[in-house]
Amino acid sequence: MNRIITVVYIFLIILVVSVLGFRGSKSRKEPLYLFPDMDRQARYEPQGENPFFEDKMDDRLPPQNTIARGNALDRAGVFSSGFDATELTDVAFNTGRDEAGEFLKELPIEVNHELMELGRERYDIFCAVCHDETGDGNGAVKNFAPPTLSSANLLTQLYIDQSEGEIYNTISYGKNTMMGYADKLSPKERWAVVLYVRALQRAANATADDIPEAKRGELGL
Amino acid sequence: MSNIFPEVANKVPRWILFGLTLKVLAIIAGLYYYFTPSYTRAGYQPVQPVSFDHSLHVKQVGLDCRYCHTFVDRSEHSTVPSSNTCMNCHSVVKADSDKLALVRESYQTGESIEWVKIHDTPDYVYFNHAVHVNRGVSCVHCHGQVDEMEEVYHAKSFTMNFCLDCHRNPEEFIRPVDKVYDLQWEPEDPEWEEQAQAFVHDWKVMPPESCSGCHR
Ligand code: HEC
Ligand code: HEC
Ligand code: HEC
Ligand code: HEC
Ligand code: HEC
Ligand code: HEC
Repeated sequence: MNRIITVVYIFLIILVVSVLGFRGSKSRKEPLYLFPDMDRQARYEPQGENPFFEDKMDDRLPPQNTIARGNALDRAGVFSSGFDATELTDVAFNTGRDEAGEFLKELPIEVNHELMELGRERYDIFCAVCHDETGDGNGAVKNFAPPTLSSANLLTQLYIDQSEGEIYNTISYGKNTMMGYADKLSPKERWAVVLYVRALQRAANATADDIPEAKRGELGL
Repeated sequence: MSNIFPEVANKVPRWILFGLTLKVLAIIAGLYYYFTPSYTRAGYQPVQPVSFDHSLHVKQVGLDCRYCHTFVDRSEHSTVPSSNTCMNCHSVVKADSDKLALVRESYQTGESIEWVKIHDTPDYVYFNHAVHVNRGVSCVHCHGQVDEMEEVYHAKSFTMNFCLDCHRNPEEFIRPVDKVYDLQWEPEDPEWEEQAQAFVHDWKVMPPESCSGCHR
């Protein structure tokens, strides 16, 4: 009697474990919500689904013929009375062209170390896969891509001579097989990347004279 | 007078007690093991509309998480990329692959790909990606080794306890801010532990433990 109960007991445990498996085992089924409580509320979520709109998206595009006053990343700024709109309305800063429609020949913002570091970070994320960290166009994608996607070698004379505004324009809207990055980089970040591309070009063609006197010793020059 | 009950009857109460205890213990253990999010949620791996492979794109192609989850370091929400992000490469790379048919269709029609959301905290919880990743908390602590996953699954439990375990001892999890997106990072410097403590102290890393921090 005792033994039978023990056997049944152990059998039941094995049965449960073999049906339900262990923690962390992969499952295609949606997680079970025993007590849904207020876990899912009627609210708009970023990138959420919404059957009310025809395109089924919570995220709405701005109405036509309007200009956004800042964006959600700067909420405090947008709603303050001292909101600075100069960057928003500055045509040269946003388009890379001056009033006559010519490409700018210099950066429209102040250049400092911070901007350079921002440019380095953004370049390594968004450009290096194709143009390589050095800018020579032999990034990792080259090993997979057909020859039609030959990313430009940014270190050649052609691009050294190209104006800042035109590089900015390429980043914003793309060029031939390269697509634009306006949705991922703010105007300031795009100018920072332009600055960093200039730094790469200079580094590729650098001579000992470009290094400050005091630092030359470190490189054994 | 003969006994009405046989002698074994004396043992019955003990058996019942013993059996009941065993059963109750098993049921409690079962509930604990199977009815908590560590079981119900962890391991959730839905079939995605496009068989997108993180290990290929992150390890072999060498993409940074932010190329696709662009606003993870700038906003509370980590964006899932739109199809034009994929088309940056796939307009040329594997341009006729059947696996990418849905991406091309979405790019042409403008209709979004319906990726299945895997990680989803309850709506009464406030979570913010940027504050975490900009303070040296890596994706790997919350999402597991995504860079080795061919298909993403829910690696951690995401219970309240899970959040608090780290909020109470952030110095055990924190890493240099520029290594947040390198999911393979391991501290090599033997003094890292002290540096982490100094970092938490000097930069005033103060994760909320009070209820209103996460339930606002
Ligand atoms: C998906 C790969 C890819 C990425 C990522 C990429 N590019 Fe390109 N880029 C290309 C290709 C391909 C070309 C050559 C286009 C052509 O056919 O002329 C190019 C060309 C260029 C040119 C030269 C345009 C001209 O006038 O001829 C510049 C400048 C440039 N890229 C800058 C950038 C910067 C800055 C970034 C990062 C924000 C970037 N690219 C990211 C693929 C890429
Ligand atoms: C080439 C673009 C790309 C890159 C690079 C990328 N991801 Fe993703 N990621 C996606 C897409 C598309 C999805 C949605 C489909 C899926 O879940 O597989 C996704 C989903 C995820 C999810 C699950 C989201 C959910 O629904 O809960 C996590 C977590 C994630 N990615 C983390 C990372 C991390 C960490 C990295 C960097 C190591 C990274 N991703 C790099 C495109 C990318
Ligand atoms: C930086 C370039 C790049 C981006 C951006 C990118 N991929 Fe890829 N993808 C690749 C490369 C390279 C391969 C490998 C091609 C090979 O194996 O030859 C690949 C392969 C694939 C494959 C397998 C195709 C096949 O036929 O085997 C799928 C599916 C895929 N990617 C989906 C996506 C999705 C979805 C996105 C957008 C979230 C995306 N990729 C973004 C570069 C990229
Ligand atoms: C401290 C924990 C934590 C860290 C660190 C973290 N995440 Fe998340 N992630 C979450 C939580 C919680 C959610 C669910 C948010 C929600 O409910 O919408 C999430 C959701 C996501 C999603 C899905 C968003 C959606 O709407 O489908 C993606 C993609 C993602 N994370 C990517 C990343 C990447 C990439 C990193 C690293 C740069 C990262 N996460 C770091 C906790 C974290
Ligand atoms: C691996 C460590 C870790 C995990 C896991 C973690 N956090 Fe945090 N969290 C931090 C750190 C560190 C900070 C402090 C950031 C600071 O001081 O700026 C923080 C800060 C916060 C804040 C304060 C944000 C603000 O705006 O002040 C909230 C809210 C939060 N976490 C929610 C969560 C939730 C919800 C989870 C669980 C899904 C979670 N965290 C999991 C490390 C973590
Ligand atoms: C670090 C962030 C954080 C803090 C601080 C926090 N919570 Fe939570 N809480 C969560 C998360 C995440 C969940 C969702 C857990 C889940 O879905 O499994 C949650 C869920 C809950 C729930 C619902 C549990 C359920 O399953 O129905 C209650 C009640 C709750 N919290 C109360 C509190 C109280 C009271 C405090 C203060 C003592 C507190 N929380 C502090 C993150 C937090």
